[in-house]
Amino acid sequence: MNRNIITFQNVSKLYDLGVIGTGTLKGDLQSAFAKFRGKEDPNRKIISSDNTKQDRFYALKDISFDIKKGQRVGIIGHNGAGKSTLLKLLSRVTAPTSGAIAYNGRITSMLEIGTGFHRELTGRENIYLNGAILGMSKAEIAAKIDRIIEFSEIEKFIDTPVKRYSSGMYVKLAFSVAAHLDSEIMIMDEVLAVGDVAFRQKCLAKMDEISKTDGRTILFVSHNMNTIRQMCDRVIVLKEGRIIFDGDVEAGIEEYFKNDLKMPARIDLSESPRSALSIENRLKITSFEFTNCKKADFSAGFVSFKINFLSEKEYKNLRFLLELKSLDGYSVAAARSEIIEHIDKGEYFAEFSADFSSVCTGKYQLYVAAFIYDRYGIPKQIDRPRTHINLQIRGGDGTRRWLAQSWGRIKLPNLRLIEKSYE
Amino acid sequence: MKGNEYSELYDSYENVVLPRRHWWQIDLKALWRYRDLIMLFVKRSFVTQYKQTVLGPLWAIIQPILTTLVFTVVFGNIAGLAPSGVPKFAFYFCGYILWSYFAACLTATSNTFISNAHIMGKAYFPRLCAPVSTAISQLISFAIQFVLFMGIWIYYYAAYGSVSVTSYIFMVPLLILQTALLSMGVGIIVSSLTTKYRDLTHLVSFGVQLWMYASPVAYDTSKFERFGFLFKYNPVTPIINIFRLAFLGVGEFQPVQYGISVAVTVIVFVIGVILFNRVEKNFTDTV
Repeated sequence: MNRNIITFQNVSKLYDLGVIGTGTLKGDLQSAFAKFRGKEDPNRKIISSDNTKQDRFYALKDISFDIKKGQRVGIIGHNGAGKSTLLKLLSRVTAPTSGAIAYNGRITSMLEIGTGFHRELTGRENIYLNGAILGMSKAEIAAKIDRIIEFSEIEKFIDTPVKRYSSGMYVKLAFSVAAHLDSEIMIMDEVLAVGDVAFRQKCLAKMDEISKTDGRTILFVSHNMNTIRQMCDRVIVLKEGRIIFDGDVEAGIEEYFKNDLKMPARIDLSESPRSALSIENRLKITSFEFTNCKKADFSAGFVSFKINFLSEKEYKNLRFLLELKSLDGYSVAAARSEIIEHIDKGEYFAEFSADFSSVCTGKYQLYVAAFIYDRYGIPKQIDRPRTHINLQIRGGDGTRRWLAQSWGRIKLPNLRLIEKSYE
Repeated sequence: MKGNEYSELYDSYENVVLPRRHWWQIDLKALWRYRDLIMLFVKRSFVTQYKQTVLGPLWAIIQPILTTLVFTVVFGNIAGLAPSGVPKFAFYFCGYILWSYFAACLTATSNTFISNAHIMGKAYFPRLCAPVSTAISQLISFAIQFVLFMGIWIYYYAAYGSVSVTSYIFMVPLLILQTALLSMGVGIIVSSLTTKYRDLTHLVSFGVQLWMYASPVAYDTSKFERFGFLFKYNPVTPIINIFRLAFLGVGEFQPVQYGISVAVTVIVFVIGVILFNRVEKNFTDTV
């Protein structure tokens, strides 16, 4: 199983920016004729004298990597990092400018779901057409069509033209075709970002199954880090056309979000934009500061912090809230402060201590909010700066001992053994 | 060529993608592997063309009949450009259906890259599948028209005895093949150039119309001795002439002219395939 199935060797892809040539045949002929007579090109752009290099742009620059059979590789990076170009090159939609790409077996690319679906054709006809575009023969599709239809959950409408489908049905059908292909390598670009949650989970389970039981290799691009966590056992992080990380999933995701992640102990929040959900803006959190460390980078356990705020009126039963989120914006946990029974108008600070000992090692974003309970006991948010505080929690339980990728980021207390005996 | 640098890749991998390939590296095997896709493309274009129409494939007949009527009246009766001794309607219909196959095929294939850009930008398949399937699906319309022509022919044969088959009928399959290759050749040359120069899309419909007047569609060759040059070296001229000769017994067979026509067809087709092959790898970057 340790054989390489895909290799990229020094692959670059160069795109010409702006208009290629002069855009018209007449223009190009004019330029060519002028050149031939040794005259100045009448279509030459006035601004860029001769620095043609500026009109070009490397979508990928000197990329090399190998992928082994059966690996499930997530490719992540910010927009414009070159993810899609990489998949396009591998699926042979476009050719590299230099370097070489080699692979074994068939590649199925799902750069888009339902490629070639025609509105006027029925679901069944589209299965054949889409399957053929993705490289299956008619006989192969015929052998699988019942399973494809069953998987798609739209048996009833299979002989209806797809133009009458809802977008959900369309996606289900399209994904079903792709999931049943017999290719050794599958390439997916955000295709799972659509469809309802139940079907999405079904698709992920299916992908999991085909990669584990059939040893298929999967390349997957997504902005959804949870899907990456669920799907992949390796990530490649691209930035500006180069590989900046290649390896473990969690570490890769942190690398992806890291870009210049600064973790100052104190952050000024007075200029930060505010959440529109706050009911009144008479109280303002002006700053947040960890008091017992120089950087927001500490071991799991107790930390103390200080909140400065400015109140324009009296408040009763004021509380603060810390929201802990993962770098991709998912809520991890929250902690409420004890009640501050009464404050007058004026500037205050409040110091708290927090217990992060059940949070697993990693990087997080922290949001701070102030709220009060109204007379019905319902919390009313009165201020929430939208700027977050970056923090890193280190701990004795490293990522090796706590598999955050599948267990989540909160460690509940260890289970107590009540009894153990022979049955 | 820089290919040698990566030649050891061929030892351990089945597929190697390099920036450039030699112009003679045309993967016809892949085209054959994707034959099912070609047939599905044919089916798609045929089915979608006539879905939700009341008359369906009858439209393939109505259009040439009406055009032929116009030709018969305008060029046949008013201008008197049809040869004597043959029913005018049969004369025009015969020439027109073959021409319309040529014209439709050329126009459709010249749009290959642009009209299929959305599919080709998302999945890889041998790009030649698209023009080949276009040529085949246009052949279906031609077949329908040809059946109608047979009906017309039988009518004139039975009622007036004014038409007769000649031994050139054995050349008909070759003529159709040549029409397909020539129109595809021109079409894919144009489509390869349109990835860069959109101007050509405007030129095509107009150019095809002009080409028709340089071909013996609306009139008999013998009436246009003066414009001999245009006619003689137009590769379509002998194709239509021989086609008419086969079924109607009018027209002429000039071996030299036919030879030139075949040579031009082969050259155009080969150039087309080579050009297409060069463009297909990177066309998504420019379209």
